[in-house]
Amino acid sequence: MLSRLLGPQRRYLWFWVFTGPFVIGLAVFAYIPLLWSIGLSFFDAHNTVTPTHFVGFANYGSMLSDTAFTSSLATFAVFSLFIVPATYALSLALALMVNRLRFARAFFRSVFFLPTACSYVVASMIWKLSVFNGVRFGLANTVLGWFGADPAAWLSTTRPPWYWVVIVTVRLWLQAGFYLVLFLAGLQRIPGTLYEAAAVDGARPGWQVFRHITFPQLRATSVAVLLLLVINAFQAFDEFYNLLSTARGYPPYARPPLVYLYYVALGQGQDLGLGSAGAVILALIIAVVTVVQARWFGLGRKEA
Amino acid sequence: MSEPQHSTLPMLSRRRLLGLSGGLALTGALAAACGSNTGRGGGSSGGGGPALSQWYHQYGEAGTEQAVQRYAAAYRQARVTVQWRPGDYDQQTAAALLTDAGPDVFEVNGPSIDQIQGGQVADLTEQIKNARADFNPAVLAPKTYQGRVYGIPQVIDMQLLYYRRSLLDRAGVRPPQTLDELVDAARRLTTKDTKGLFLGNDGGAGVLGQGGLPLFAAGLQLVTDDGRTGFDDPAAAQTLGKLHTLYASGSLLLGAPADWSDPSAFTQGLTAMQWSGLWALPQISKALGDDFGVLPFPRDGSAGRPAVPVGAYASSVSARGKHIDAAKAYAKWLWVDRTEYQGDFALSYGFHIPARISLAKKAAKLRSGPAADAVRFSTDHGHALPLLWTPKSQVALEDAVSRIIKDGADPAAQVKAAVATANAELQRVRRKTG
Repeated sequence: MLSRLLGPQRRYLWFWVFTGPFVIGLAVFAYIPLLWSIGLSFFDAHNTVTPTHFVGFANYGSMLSDTAFTSSLATFAVFSLFIVPATYALSLALALMVNRLRFARAFFRSVFFLPTACSYVVASMIWKLSVFNGVRFGLANTVLGWFGADPAAWLSTTRPPWYWVVIVTVRLWLQAGFYLVLFLAGLQRIPGTLYEAAAVDGARPGWQVFRHITFPQLRATSVAVLLLLVINAFQAFDEFYNLLSTARGYPPYARPPLVYLYYVALGQGQDLGLGSAGAVILALIIAVVTVVQARWFGLGRKEA
Repeated sequence: MSEPQHSTLPMLSRRRLLGLSGGLALTGALAAACGSNTGRGGGSSGGGGPALSQWYHQYGEAGTEQAVQRYAAAYRQARVTVQWRPGDYDQQTAAALLTDAGPDVFEVNGPSIDQIQGGQVADLTEQIKNARADFNPAVLAPKTYQGRVYGIPQVIDMQLLYYRRSLLDRAGVRPPQTLDELVDAARRLTTKDTKGLFLGNDGGAGVLGQGGLPLFAAGLQLVTDDGRTGFDDPAAAQTLGKLHTLYASGSLLLGAPADWSDPSAFTQGLTAMQWSGLWALPQISKALGDDFGVLPFPRDGSAGRPAVPVGAYASSVSARGKHIDAAKAYAKWLWVDRTEYQGDFALSYGFHIPARISLAKKAAKLRSGPAADAVRFSTDHGHALPLLWTPKSQVALEDAVSRIIKDGADPAAQVKAAVATANAELQRVRRKTG
């Protein structure tokens, strides 16, 4: 009996010895809290994780009728519509350039990759305190000063919304290098024979080769990059919070859903039911967008 | 209302937020295994008896941590372990109170109405009974719910307007007594290199929005005595509209490297007037000598009164602790009986007003000059955040004020939206009362 349970060569035992800790970790740190949170979203759970007052979909109703929450959803939709193509184009362009280098390729690859190792919090602080601070000796304002322009209060001006410049540049700087490395790997997988064949067929180097050889060959990489970018954009929190929050709260502009939930429900005011409802709505949106996108790009289909 | 950490900005990453929210369930599950000693933080211990853990947020001033450990070590009826907790203290305690692993005695920028209604903090009415009249009523009121006290105020923090005497004299400007005079003064004090006024890098939306200070200055209230919204009034829109004038005039300093809670912008001459905390007074006094004065936020309109925000961290007892009676006794010993420690805690390290009126009157450092003015403002014009003013209402009002100031949004419509949210929140907390 025991030997049957253990399996031939005790394989079952070893299977659980190796996978068990990770399964337990995943269950305890991911699945149980996730399911618990979904459960909480149907209760009036102020300052408790074991609520008793069932309220049905009331939390969802009040979250969806909360204009601050819906406008935060719009904020991150706009943000991802902008940041996803921008990062994609920038990292692809950088990858093409680095790939053409004859020497010092490893050096430039590392230089562009380095920001990825920097924490979002640290980068936000540098952007906020030295690059884009609002006084005349900030880096950006010094540059403006050379051209005779007045200093701008980058993070406090809503008309025009200069704060987007700060938010977008910090994220581009932080993540372009990572996707550059993914694209480089993709570029190096394209067989040289394809380019030779194209040259024989009379394709002009440059745009024509890129359009008909390089870009289609990068499809698998592109799909992966886009998926990762979209999910990252939806989860935006770190740089927004650290750039725009003050000791007194967060301004009503450029406020992504996670930041809003943090302030109204999941931080000091522990309205865990409402917060969980907001989190579930957000998770559903991410899931739907990801699935639609994956279908659109045909992720998982066999490459022809 | 009080400003916990003057030197550090709140820092938080998404990972930690998700950890906080998602991990709550987990904390509950693990709590049983952990007991009250989480093994974090080194503390001191005093006499015999039960083991208590006491939490403080990280004070920026040197010596505070050693002082609270000294107090704890002097207690004989229990072994008290002090935990000094950096980071988002309010969020940490809020999460820890859901578990058995939380502190027994803890300081709190509250406790909040939901913590009280949820039965998370113990009733301390008996402990404070003998000295209740001696505590500053403005800061004791938000710790009191239906006549019962749930937190013993430790020290009072307040905010006020600092102005540079020499710059005002040079421009021929009198210290502003009304909001209109403040707008005018800020404009006239603005030069090529110096702005007139610094209300924070958000143009004042935070400091003026969350606490509703301009509403108090207009003679209104956030929450009335019978628990209803107190600023559903045309005067609210009128006063808040003037803040946009201030912002649009170009006389506000924006985007300074250090925010309003730090006096650097004022001492470095980037601005002629700055809104900051009482905690900044020693630093300003050291940098500028006598060349500065202090003012409350000026009144506005015919019913207006000057106003300053006050707030106090309170010492509360967790209702889930194993030794609630011992914890209550310790809280009483430290924050009611031992007045010498309370005086030492308020003024030997940082610069706060003792929560006890008798101690505030005795303190030598608070007897003259701007410090004495500040104490007077806090007694005469002090407004604390009402207990029923929940985080959701705070966010709503702050959003409204920010949109009015920065976007020039219609003040009446914005006030109306904030009133609607506040009404719903007040209705929610009142319903639980019944």
